Amino acid sequence: MATKASRSAARIMMAPAVILLLGWMLVPLIMTLWFSFRTYLPLRGGDQGWTGFDNYVRFVTSSAFWPAVQTTLVIVLGVLIITVALGVLLSMLLDQPMWGQGVVRILVIAPFFVMPTVSALVWKNMFMDPVNGVFAHLWRFFGAEPVSWLSDASLPSIIMIVSWQWLPFATLILLTAIQSLDSEQLEAAEMDGAPHLKRFWFIVLPHLSRAITIVILIQTIFLLAIFAEIFVTTGGAFGTRTLSYLIYQRVLESQNIGLGSAGGVYAIILANIVAIFLMRIVGKNLDN
Amino acid sequence: MARAVTSRRKLVNTTVAWAIGLLIFFPILWTILTSFKTEAQAIASPPIFLGFDWTLENYSVVLERSNYGRFLWNSILIAGGSTILGLIVAVPAAWSMAFVPSKRTKDILLWMLSTKMLPAVGVLYPIYLLFIKLGLLDSRAGLVIVMMLINLPIIVWMLYTYFREIPVEILEAARMDGATLKEEVLYILTPMAIPGIASTMLLNFILAWNEAFWTLNLTAVNAAPLTAFIASYSSPEGLFFAKLSAASTMAIAPILILGWFSQKQLVRGLTFGAVK
Repeated sequence: MATKASRSAARIMMAPAVILLLGWMLVPLIMTLWFSFRTYLPLRGGDQGWTGFDNYVRFVTSSAFWPAVQTTLVIVLGVLIITVALGVLLSMLLDQPMWGQGVVRILVIAPFFVMPTVSALVWKNMFMDPVNGVFAHLWRFFGAEPVSWLSDASLPSIIMIVSWQWLPFATLILLTAIQSLDSEQLEAAEMDGAPHLKRFWFIVLPHLSRAITIVILIQTIFLLAIFAEIFVTTGGAFGTRTLSYLIYQRVLESQNIGLGSAGGVYAIILANIVAIFLMRIVGKNLDN
Repeated sequence: MARAVTSRRKLVNTTVAWAIGLLIFFPILWTILTSFKTEAQAIASPPIFLGFDWTLENYSVVLERSNYGRFLWNSILIAGGSTILGLIVAVPAAWSMAFVPSKRTKDILLWMLSTKMLPAVGVLYPIYLLFIKLGLLDSRAGLVIVMMLINLPIIVWMLYTYFREIPVEILEAARMDGATLKEEVLYILTPMAIPGIASTMLLNFILAWNEAFWTLNLTAVNAAPLTAFIASYSSPEGLFFAKLSAASTMAIAPILILGWFSQKQLVRGLTFGAVK
């Protein structure tokens, strides 16, 4: 049906979006690559020329690197485990018949719409404050000593804040997937006397596997890049400096552009490894 | 066939689900409640749940003191401007990919998606530098452009999945009846596309409103939106829980309400059509 004329019209219609995104991708990427091979300290002498792979070596051999990798892994894995596990349970629960289902859904989804700086500050002050926070009141009520969450249990605190933000996302997507489950299959299994756990393990979980994979991939990409949650709570102190926060500090706080850019290239490579898997799934979905 | 559900089971479901729902919602509820307390009541021990003297004082203090209006206006301009600009660029692109697909359409879509995966921190300095050179640092125009670009892949994708659901047969039938291209677009395609475009706008507005990497790093005073306004509360001064709550409530309320309308679109928009 598509004629030659409509094909060239289509190309023209696509051009602005493609050109803009191409520029948005290539220009900063090439600049980052360029800076990563140079000694560039804007406040201390500016661009001091070519250094080869020095920045790349220095970035990974600095004492801050491995702790940052570890912190990143702990946060990403922690949040993934919590949100996926709770998300599966919650989506199964929300799929059950109940009164006021719509309202409960709204309550569960709400945290996703709270801007990151708000949720981080509300948690930091009104819940995790060691003197006046809700947790401190709760701990005192049970006769326990209140905890300074963000300094003494910094990583679990960050994981908790971020999980609260992302649980709605996981739940919503898994709920959408679970609603497409053929209920007759479940009924048949129920009539055959399959116990709950078996039905969950052999029917529900396999059905959800694709959605779970997608939740994991998308969340990983966003979680690798969390920023505001650390920026306004600990500022990277108390062992909460993730890889992306470390790069941010190198670039904007210590103004070592070469070193920060080398870190940026590592971050881009890391994100791309995850993205390849996501694109495969999405691509397959486009075919049918 | 619906499964027979005993009302006892339904009651248990309802109780458990409501308990969990309220638990998850509690931080938001607590913030809203605290915003109506006095600073002293906000830190009272034991905490007061409802039996406090409701006051609007915090709101007026926040409004007076912090030039809240300007932050709000910046948020609206940046989220709204980037959404409209994004649609102007994305609608033709998604349209042509959905109705005149070529062999490369799939590759282009996937490539667009891949630009969304680029970690912001990896290109922070180049963008920062370009902004300084172009005089865009701390300007609304600069943020509108960045916000448009980071969300463009999502807009194109969402529109594409919506447009693809418009049956081509209708177009063919109209053509047989002698409709011109203009009539086709105006009377048939546009009305069918409007719901999809509206929900894309909604989701994109929400994402841009809540974005907190570029808005924090590329603004200082003039262009700072609500995300940055709230971040300024991270260094506390004296008693400030109630004021923080009032500021937070004002920053999230519009989006919470919009968000409730966009639950379904959220799944489509954020999974790139991979979960239906």
